[in-house]
Amino acid sequence: MTNLPDARGHFGEFGGKYVPETLMPALAELEAEYELAKQDPAFHAELETLLREYVGRPSPLTLASRLSAEVGARVYLKREDLNHTGAHKINAVLAQALLARRMGKRRIIAETGAGQHGVATATACALFGLDCVVYMGAEDIKRQALNVFKMKVLGAEVRQVDSGSRTLKDATNEAIRDWVTNVRDTYYIIGSVVGPHPYPLIVRDFQSVIGREAREQMFEKEGRLPTIAVACVGGGSNAIGLFHAFIEDPVRLIGVEAAGEGLNARHAATLNAGRPGVLHGTKSYLLQDEWGQVLEAHSISAGLDYPGVGPEHAWLKLTERAEYRAVTDTEALAAFQALSRLEGIIPALESSHAIAQVLKLQGALRADDLVLVNLSGRGDKDMGTVAAALGVTL
Amino acid sequence: MTDRLAEMFARTRAEGRPAVIPFVPGGWPEPDATLEIVRAAVEGGADAMEIGVPFSDPIGDGVTNQIAYQQALEQGVTPPAILDAMRAIRAAGIRIPLLLMGYCNPLFAYGLDRFVHDAAEAGVDGFIVVDMPPDEAGEFEPLVRAAGLHMVYLLAPTSTAERIALVAEHASGFIYCVSVTGVTGTRSQLSDELPAFLARVRQQTDVPLAVGFGISTREHVESVGQIADAAVIGSAFVQAVTSAPRAERPRVVRAYVEGITGRGNGHTPGNG
Repeated sequence: MTNLPDARGHFGEFGGKYVPETLMPALAELEAEYELAKQDPAFHAELETLLREYVGRPSPLTLASRLSAEVGARVYLKREDLNHTGAHKINAVLAQALLARRMGKRRIIAETGAGQHGVATATACALFGLDCVVYMGAEDIKRQALNVFKMKVLGAEVRQVDSGSRTLKDATNEAIRDWVTNVRDTYYIIGSVVGPHPYPLIVRDFQSVIGREAREQMFEKEGRLPTIAVACVGGGSNAIGLFHAFIEDPVRLIGVEAAGEGLNARHAATLNAGRPGVLHGTKSYLLQDEWGQVLEAHSISAGLDYPGVGPEHAWLKLTERAEYRAVTDTEALAAFQALSRLEGIIPALESSHAIAQVLKLQGALRADDLVLVNLSGRGDKDMGTVAAALGVTL
Repeated sequence: MTDRLAEMFARTRAEGRPAVIPFVPGGWPEPDATLEIVRAAVEGGADAMEIGVPFSDPIGDGVTNQIAYQQALEQGVTPPAILDAMRAIRAAGIRIPLLLMGYCNPLFAYGLDRFVHDAAEAGVDGFIVVDMPPDEAGEFEPLVRAAGLHMVYLLAPTSTAERIALVAEHASGFIYCVSVTGVTGTRSQLSDELPAFLARVRQQTDVPLAVGFGISTREHVESVGQIADAAVIGSAFVQAVTSAPRAERPRVVRAYVEGITGRGNGHTPGNG
């Protein structure tokens, strides 16, 4: 199971390269360069130095004592919220920026929903002196004004996308169009384990540092594997990053999708309520109507507000290696407040979905169960959204 | 079953000119507009038509086609409605080759097997699926071939010798050579690298070559005729369709196609 994707980029029936022909040579070039980089000790050394001295890795594993008492098991938080730029996104962005530099591409493009991936990309481009264009839906620009300003401060150009639902899906379409047009000098830094092969592989490999560290830290603290590993799933990069180190272990893996206003209303629970299909170059689960038109997703958390999901998650669902649950906006908001008050840690709304799932496990857990939760990001960016949801005027 | 594409290329080659293939999204600007647009284009001298199957996320298209697709979807246009339009075109006695152009997901949602069957029955001659390179067509292409239809693949200026060889091995009908590195849309000039690109493709295949993306004028068609077998008129045709109110549209579309083909006079409508 860990040797997937196959040489053609497939995870069983999922994955692949469903892209216009113009991009096929670029994907082959990226694949070849990634294989070279993987075997290059200098590449690994530079990445490790960056992760340690710039990002602040390894991120701590924190025992959440009061949350543990609340749910009746030992709950550990993998603290990706403490990374530079405030989330796990930076792990794969820095690595991809190194790849771009190796390939001689001086222009970077990215798509962003909540703005976290955009900020991480703008940060990496500032660090390496690369040109940076970030595509962002008009709707998200309105919701995430602070991150838009951050990207500009970091020297990136933010291009507003007015087509379709004016959110992450359409920003991704626009980034792909840019890439089709400027593919010769441009590297597209994709923010999640989505898109055509080799992106789901590359982003997964670079995010796997989360699970590798957590596994080691868990052995140091408890001398054994966690019983359950929990992470939120939008595109699914923080979840794959956590799960990958445990795929061959007897560890229960739970991915948590955004149920939005409920699975019978507007939501973003692709694996729970979608069907297989092709979006943005990959075959996976997809929110779509009966004719294959992609539906708009909804979540209070912009980072989970995406109608697709990474192909490896589709595979883990199909093979039942991981289970996928869904948590509503209301449950996520309650978890956001609970973790803030119980642990003094304000989580991102995305990560709040994972915390909410842990709270829902209460009663089904044994006292000696070890629950590992990926706290994928911090909540600073979400204070405006949460205040509005709670009816508070700032 | 007659191969309408092969017959078309035999004729245009004999006449020493490139085939002209306009593109229009199906069921657009109004759900029932396709037949009258195709008829007007044929009267103006179009040799074949590409009909777009609307998709919500057309990553290979520029803003003109994207907006057209969005408008068609907002009016409830579905793949069965597109196939109905194809049947209506055939029922009206129009015999030019008809190609469906679109994206994977609506085909998967319809069911590949059923889609190929229904399209063949509706009088479609072939498919151009923008986001289905040969690498991912393992399921679709055999169905298309078994139905006696054509699977048209694309190549781009970025295509390497290996990609050209792969597409040449799988192509039938013609190969759609994208004139520029980019998405659909009009451009004032054709790329300087086009002849060299076409020569690289020609080295590896005898399949007819069509050039598309950015072709909008008679001059473009004439220069494409020097190096290729067909010119696809996409966004420029779409703009011609929208340039007049519906009552005027047949006349305007016919005049546009006459201008771009340099034909029209003496051409028998409906004869392909």
